Amino acid sequence: MRARWNARVLGQALALGIVAAALWWLGRNTRTNLEQRGLSLGFDFLANPANFDIGDTGGLPFRSENSFARAILVGLVNTARVAAAGCVLSIVVGFVLGVLRLSHNRALRGVVRSAVELMRNTPLLLLLLFLAATLHAMPSPRNALQPLPGVFLSDRGLALPLFDRPHLVGFNFVGGMVLSPEFAALLGALVMHHAAHVSEIVRGAILGVPRAQIDAAVALGLSRGKAFRFVVIPQALRAMVPLLATACVSLTKNSSLAVAIGFPDVVSVLNTTANQTGHSIETMLIMIGVYLTLSLVVAAFMNRYNARLLRTGT
Amino acid sequence: MSMHAAATMTGARGRRGARRGTARGIRSAALTIGAIAVAALALVPFVRWALVDARWTGTAHDCRAEGVGACWAFVGHKLPFILFGLYPASERWRPALATIVIIALVIATMLPIFWRRHLVMAWIVALGVFLWLMGGGGPLGRVATQDWGGLPVTIMLTVVGLGMGLPIGVLLALGRRSQLMLPRLTATAIVEIVRGVPLVAVLYLSVLVVPLALSTGVAIDKLLLAQAGVAVFAGAYLAEAVRGGLQMVPAQRMDSARALGLTWSQSMRLVVLPEALRIVIPAFISIAVGFFQDTSLIVIIGLFDLLNTARLAAQDPAWLGFHTEAYVFVGVVYFLGSALVSRYGSWLEGRMATSRRRA
Repeated sequence: MRARWNARVLGQALALGIVAAALWWLGRNTRTNLEQRGLSLGFDFLANPANFDIGDTGGLPFRSENSFARAILVGLVNTARVAAAGCVLSIVVGFVLGVLRLSHNRALRGVVRSAVELMRNTPLLLLLLFLAATLHAMPSPRNALQPLPGVFLSDRGLALPLFDRPHLVGFNFVGGMVLSPEFAALLGALVMHHAAHVSEIVRGAILGVPRAQIDAAVALGLSRGKAFRFVVIPQALRAMVPLLATACVSLTKNSSLAVAIGFPDVVSVLNTTANQTGHSIETMLIMIGVYLTLSLVVAAFMNRYNARLLRTGT
Repeated sequence: MSMHAAATMTGARGRRGARRGTARGIRSAALTIGAIAVAALALVPFVRWALVDARWTGTAHDCRAEGVGACWAFVGHKLPFILFGLYPASERWRPALATIVIIALVIATMLPIFWRRHLVMAWIVALGVFLWLMGGGGPLGRVATQDWGGLPVTIMLTVVGLGMGLPIGVLLALGRRSQLMLPRLTATAIVEIVRGVPLVAVLYLSVLVVPLALSTGVAIDKLLLAQAGVAVFAGAYLAEAVRGGLQMVPAQRMDSARALGLTWSQSMRLVVLPEALRIVIPAFISIAVGFFQDTSLIVIIGLFDLLNTARLAAQDPAWLGFHTEAYVFVGVVYFLGSALVSRYGSWLEGRMATSRRRA
C-alpha cells in the first residue's frame, strides 16, 4: 500500500515537473518573441488614445482621441445591447414557436417545424452575412422600403416607431428608434437562430410535464386552455429556466460574430486594439475574462435558482 | 343521483360536446388555411424567384434584365471558385478527388456494418491521401495551404477537428474524473475556459497568441493553427458528453473488471470506455452537426472555407448584386449535410434503443 502511494506521489510530481517545464519553455518563447517586436507585457497601453473610430457607439460618446479602455467599454456596451435585446426577443419568439409546434393542427405544426429545421441546419454566420449584405443593398433612405406603417428599411438600417414616428430629414431618418444596418442584421440573425433553439427547449419542457397533470386539471373542470396556462406552463417554466439561461449565454457568445460584419462589439474592438498595439496576449486575456465572468455569473445565478427550487418547491 | 338524471346529464354533455366539436373543427380548418397561407406567402415568391424566373445561363448583363429572378448563371460561373477557392485551376481535380475520398469514408463510417478495427486504419490512410492530394509531393506539384479553399477546407476542418477532438475529449473527461488533483484541475480549467468563451476567441487565441508561445523564429501555418484551435474547441464540448457517458456506466463494471485481474487502464480501455462511448454516439452526432456549421467561423481569421469563398464570389465587381444566390447555394450545401447527418443520428438512436431492448 505504502509503495503504491509513493509511486502515485512520484508520478504526480513527475507530471507536475513536465507541465512546469513546458510552461517555462512557452514563457521563454513568448518573452523572446515579444522582445523581438519591442513589446512588453502590461495593461498600460489601455490609457493611450485609440486613434480609431467606432461607427455604432450605442449612445456612448466616443472620439478617436479617447483611450483604448473607453473603446473597449463602448464595445462591452454594444455586446450588452445586442445580447439583452436578442435574449428577450429570441425567448418571446421561441416560446410562441415552441407552443405552436405542439398544436393539434398538422399544417401549423408542419410550417413551424420547417422554419425551425431551416434555422437549425444552416450556419448562423451564413444567415448573418446574408442579412448584412441584404441590408446594405437596400435603397437609400429617400426610397426606403416600408414593410409596416412607420417601419423603414434602408441602407442606413432599420427605423422603428418608438415614442414618435421616424421621418426623413435630409439624407437620414430622425425620431423613433434607428438601428444601424450592422446592429439590425446581427440582432435579426441571432434572434432567428436562437428562437429556433429556444422553441426546442420550450417544446421539450412542455412535453416533459406528465400528461396526467392535464387530465387531472380537465377532470377538475378547467378548460384545456386554462389547464395549459395554469397547470402545464408553470411546471414547464421551472424546467425551462436553466436551459433558457444557457441559451442566453450562448447567444451572447454568438454575438461575437459581429466582427464578421464590422459591428463594434467587445470582441471586434479588442481585435482592433490587438492589431493596432500588438498587445494580443493582454487583449485576449480581457476577452476571456469578459466571457468567463458572464458564464460564472449566470452559473451562480442558476445555482441560487435551483437551491430556491429545492427549498420551496415552487 | 338517479339513473334518469345521470342519463340526461350525459345527453346534455354529449350535445354540448358535439357543438364544441364543430367549433373546434371550424377553428382547426381556419388554422390549417392560415398556416398554408403563411407558407405560401413565403414559398411562392421564393419558388418564382429561384425556379420560374431564374436565369441558368448567360452573363451578368442578361441577369440584370427586367423580370429576371435568381441568377444561377452567376453560381455556375463561380462554382469552381466557390468549391475550391484559389486552388490552381489546372489542378482542381485534386481537391475534388480529396473531397470525394473523405465524404465516401464519412458515409462508410456511418454504416454500422463497417464498424471494425480496419476503419481506423482506413481513416489514417484516407487523411494521408487527402493531405497528399491537397498539398502535393512526389509527382504532384506543391500547393501552399493559403491557396486551399472551399469545400475541402470545410470538410477537413470538420472531420479532422472531430477526429482529433474525440481523443482530446476522452483525455479531458478522464482527467476531470481523476482522483489526482493535477489532471483534474488542468482538465477542468481547459474544459470550462474553452466552453466559456466564443469560438471566435479560441480562433484568435490560436492564430495570435499561440504562435508567440510556440514559434522559435519559424512562422507556423495559419490553417494548421486554426485546425488545432477548432480541434481543442470540439474536444472541450466532446469531453462533457464523454463525461456524461462515463457517469452512466455503472461503477460495478470497473470493479468487476479489476476483480478479474485487469489493470485500471485495461479496464478503462476494454470495458468502461467502449460502453461509455456507445452511450455518447447520439450526442456526438449532434455536436458534429453543430461543429460542421461552426467551422464557417474561420472566415473571421481570413481563411477560405466554403462560406468565405461564396462571400468573396459575391463581391466580384463584374457580378455585384447576386449575393443572395451565393448564400442560398452554400446554404443548401450546409442544409443537406446537416439535415442528413441529423436524420442519421435519430435513425441510429432508434436502432440502438431497439438492440438494447432486445439484449
